[in-house]
Amino acid sequence: MAGPMKMRATLASGYTDVRVLMTHPMATEQQTKGQPHFIQNLTVKVNGKTAIEAQISQAVSRNPVFSFRLKGGAKGDRIEVSWLDNKGDTNKTETAVA
Amino acid sequence: MNDRRRNLLRSAGAAAALLVGGLLKPVLALAAAWNKDAFAAKNPADALKSIGAASPAASGDIVIEAPQIAENGAVVPIEITSKIPGTTSMAVLVEKNPYPLVAKFDFMEGALPFVKVNAKMGETSDVRVVATAGGKHYAATREIKVTIGGCGG
Repeated sequence: MAGPMKMRATLASGYTDVRVLMTHPMATEQQTKGQPHFIQNLTVKVNGKTAIEAQISQAVSRNPVFSFRLKGGAKGDRIEVSWLDNKGDTNKTETAVA
Repeated sequence: MNDRRRNLLRSAGAAAALLVGGLLKPVLALAAAWNKDAFAAKNPADALKSIGAASPAASGDIVIEAPQIAENGAVVPIEITSKIPGTTSMAVLVEKNPYPLVAKFDFMEGALPFVKVNAKMGETSDVRVVATAGGKHYAATREIKVTIGGCGG
């Protein structure tokens, strides 16, 4: 069961600042004797349209925190972030730009 | 008449199921795209080759903000910005990690080439950021000293 996610999206000068926190062990091969468990794919969507796609490795810290920046933006824009890990587990969160 | 209508409905349903099955699969496959070769590479050169960014040119337009000394290698904040116009992708590599490639970000319309990510570092290492713009590859590196490594137990 995927743990909670937290996200905040705020307007800055000329861009939207998106901060997102995921709950995930991000366990490395070394920590698990060859059974790593980590998020592999991350997608950021703005009003339903993909803006950023990331592929990440076990070298991203536990309970990953990311900051992204989106061009322009307006209050109320819907930001969605979703992830998929190497065991097929997935989660997503959505927020409106404040 | 009624029978014909039933049949029509049935075949329409089957066609819809086929369509949904056929359409959903490629979308899922796309979402799950993960460059296994690049992430399994044990040295930066192989990782870069696997993401199609071998021998990038040095650039002063890639900014890497990170602490000079990271006390805890388990959480090293790295902030990367590309000032190269038309940047579509950025990759982060910790050169001395067992698997150097940490993450690769693809920026579509609407995104700025900026990311802040927390990475694990096994030991003091150069951190290399490779940006892709207009099909060309650019790189910048920065050394981060690590007091306590963050990859093992």
